[in-house]
Amino acid sequence: MKKPVNIVIAGLGGQGVIKASDILSEAAFRSGFEVKKSEIHGMSQRGGSVTSDVRFGPQVLSPMVPPGEADFLVVLAPDQVEVNRGQLRAGGVLIAPDLIDASKLSNRKSFNVALLGALSAHLGLGEEKWRAAIHSCLPEKLHPANEQAFAEGRRAAAAKKLEP
Amino acid sequence: MNSTERQLLSGDSAIALAALHGGVALGTGYPGTPSTEILEYFSHIGGKAQWSPNEKVALEVGIGVAYGGARSLVTMKHVGVNVAADPFFSVAHTGVVGALVVVSADDPGMASSQNEQDNRRYAVAAAVPMVEPADSQEAYDFTLAAIEISERWKIPVLLRVTTRVCHTQAPVLPRAAVPPPQPHFEHDLRGRNLIPSNARPAHRRLRQKLSELTDWSETTPLNQIFSGDKKLGIITSGVCFMHAREAAPDASFLKLGFTHPLPLKKIAEFVRSVERCVVIEEGDPYLADAIRAAGLKVESKPEMFRFGELNVDRVRRILAHDPSPEPTRPPGKPPELCDGCGHHVVFQALKNLDCIVAGDIGCYALGVLPPYSAMDCCVCMGSSIGIGLGLRQVLPPAEAKRVVSVIGDSTFVHSGMTGLAEMIYNPPPTGHVVVILDNSTTAMTGHQEHPGTGRSLDHAATGKVIYEDLGKALGIEEVRVFMLGKDCAEFQQVLADALASEKQVLIIARRPCVLAAKSIREYEKCALANGGCCS
Repeated sequence: MKKPVNIVIAGLGGQGVIKASDILSEAAFRSGFEVKKSEIHGMSQRGGSVTSDVRFGPQVLSPMVPPGEADFLVVLAPDQVEVNRGQLRAGGVLIAPDLIDASKLSNRKSFNVALLGALSAHLGLGEEKWRAAIHSCLPEKLHPANEQAFAEGRRAAAAKKLEP
Repeated sequence: MNSTERQLLSGDSAIALAALHGGVALGTGYPGTPSTEILEYFSHIGGKAQWSPNEKVALEVGIGVAYGGARSLVTMKHVGVNVAADPFFSVAHTGVVGALVVVSADDPGMASSQNEQDNRRYAVAAAVPMVEPADSQEAYDFTLAAIEISERWKIPVLLRVTTRVCHTQAPVLPRAAVPPPQPHFEHDLRGRNLIPSNARPAHRRLRQKLSELTDWSETTPLNQIFSGDKKLGIITSGVCFMHAREAAPDASFLKLGFTHPLPLKKIAEFVRSVERCVVIEEGDPYLADAIRAAGLKVESKPEMFRFGELNVDRVRRILAHDPSPEPTRPPGKPPELCDGCGHHVVFQALKNLDCIVAGDIGCYALGVLPPYSAMDCCVCMGSSIGIGLGLRQVLPPAEAKRVVSVIGDSTFVHSGMTGLAEMIYNPPPTGHVVVILDNSTTAMTGHQEHPGTGRSLDHAATGKVIYEDLGKALGIEEVRVFMLGKDCAEFQQVLADALASEKQVLIIARRPCVLAAKSIREYEKCALANGGCCS
C-alpha cells in the first residue's frame, strides 16, 4: 500500500481554512485519487483555532493525519505556526503566511487560495484540476480574484525554491 | 441529484443523499454539531426537511410519518437523543409501518458538546437495531440498509455516527433511487396504544424481533471479516476501523457495521481464529463488555483511551501496550464572542451587577470565558431556567436576589417554555429574572431557523412564536423587550430594576446575530417580494 500524501491546513475561524481544504480535496479527487478531508468545525465561526486534514493517494484509511506525520503544513495565521508545527514530519514542508505578500492580491480574502497556489508547486496535481476545483468550490464572481491569488502563491513558492 | 457518479461528500451529506435515494418522505431534527448538515443538505438536494422545536418533537413527527406508512429520517446530536428518549423507547415497543431511522451523531472528544456520552448504549436500552458506518460511502450504504431493516422488522433503527464520520469528506458512489411507498393509514389500536395491557405483549413482540435480528446479524454483510495474519485479530466498528487498519495493516479484522444486536457466534469464531484478539473502540467499552460477558477472551483498551477520539497513533499505542503519556498539542486560540455581538452588553451588565448566572447552551456559553467569566453553570438545553429557580428557592435572600437565568432564543423554544411554566407555578419568594438572549437564529450550530424566527428550514416565511406574547399569556408578572445597542448602562439599569422588583420578570434582550444579520435581511426582503416563498 502506497502511503497517502498528508496535508494539514491551519488558521483561525473566518480565514477560509475549510474552504481551502475543500478546494485541495476537490483538486486531488478530480485527479483520480482517493481523498479524505476531515476537520473539527463546531466552534470555528467564533474566531478560534481551526485545522483541517487532507489526505490523498491510491488508498486512504484514517481521515486524520497521524500526529507528526504531515508532509505539508499550510498555515494562514502567523500565530498558528508554532501551535501546529508538531504536526509536521521531519523533512516536511511548512508553507507559512509570510510567504505571500498580501498587497499583491487583488482581493485579500483570497489569501487562503494564494497559499494553496504555493502548496500546488509541491504536489504535482494538474493546474487545470486546480482551476476546476476553484470554480466548483467558489461562486463565479470570485473566480478571477482567486485564480490571481493562486497564481501569485505558485509564483512565490517557485521563487522561494530557487533561493539558495 | 439522482446522479450515480462518484462524488466527494461528507458523511452527513452522504446520509442525506441516501435518504433522498431511499425515498424518505420527511426529514426532521434539531440542529446540533455534528448532525446539522444532514437535513440542510437533504433540503438542498430536494428532500423535504424541517427543523422541529426540539429532538423529542422531531422524533414524534417522524413516528407519525412512519405510522402513516412513509419513510422517515430523524437527526440529532448525541445529547439530543436524551431529549428524544421518551418517544424513542416507546416507538420501539409499538413498531412502525414505514421506515424510521434515527441518527445519533456522537461527539467523542467533545469538539462541540457538553458531554462524551456513548449512544451505542441507547440501542441496548431501547432494544433497537443499530448500524455504524465507518466513512461516507458506508454512511450512504448503511442509511439505505437502515431503511430496509426498519421496514422489514417494523422497528426503528439507530444510525450511530461520530464527528469524524459526519465531518469527513470522502468519495461516495451512489445507487439508483428506489421508489418510496405510498403513505396510507391502517388502524392498529392494540399495537400503538401503549396502555399496560397492550404494552406487555408489545414488549414480547419487540424481544421476538430482536431475537430474529440476532440471527440476521450473524450473516449480514454489514459485518465483515478481513482475513490477515492470525497472530493479531482486531474487532472494531465505525471510524475506528480506519485508524486500526492503518495502524495494523497485516492484522485480521472483524469489522462490525451492525452493532446491535451483536453477532456473538461470528465474534466467537473470529476470536478463536486468532492468537491475540483486541477490541478497538472509542468511548465506552461497549463491544468489549458484551464480548467478555459472552465468555470470550479479548483485550480492551486501557482506561486512558476512553477519553477523546482515537486516531492511528493511539491505536498503535493500544496494540503495543504503551502506557506512556501521550504528546499534548499546544493550546490553540479559544473561540470568543464576535465583535458587535449583542451578548457582550448582557454579560458586561451581569458582571457589573455581580449576578449569579444560570446559563444555557449556545454561543453565549462563551460568556464563561474571560473577559466576562460571568456564567456560573451550563448543563443542558433549557436547564438555565429550572436551575435558576432552584437556586432562588434555597439561597439566602441576599444571594437569591442576584440569580438570573440566561437562555438563547433557539434554546428557549427547544426547552425553556416549560421552565417559564415552573416559574409562575412555583414562584420563588424573591421572584426571578429570565433573560432571553434573542439573536434571531440558532447561531452556534451555523444559523439554522427555529420557530421563533418565523422562517422554516429553507428560510421561507412561516408561523412565528412571539416570546413576549407567550410570556404574557403564561401569566408572567413583567415582560420587557429590550433592543440591545452598544451601550451597557441602559440594559444594566433594566436588569437592576428587574432584580430589585422581586417579581417574576422575563426580559427579551434582542439583537440579530452579527454574522446572520445580512442573510436575515435578505430572507425578509425575499419573503416580502415572493409573498412568503424564499427557496
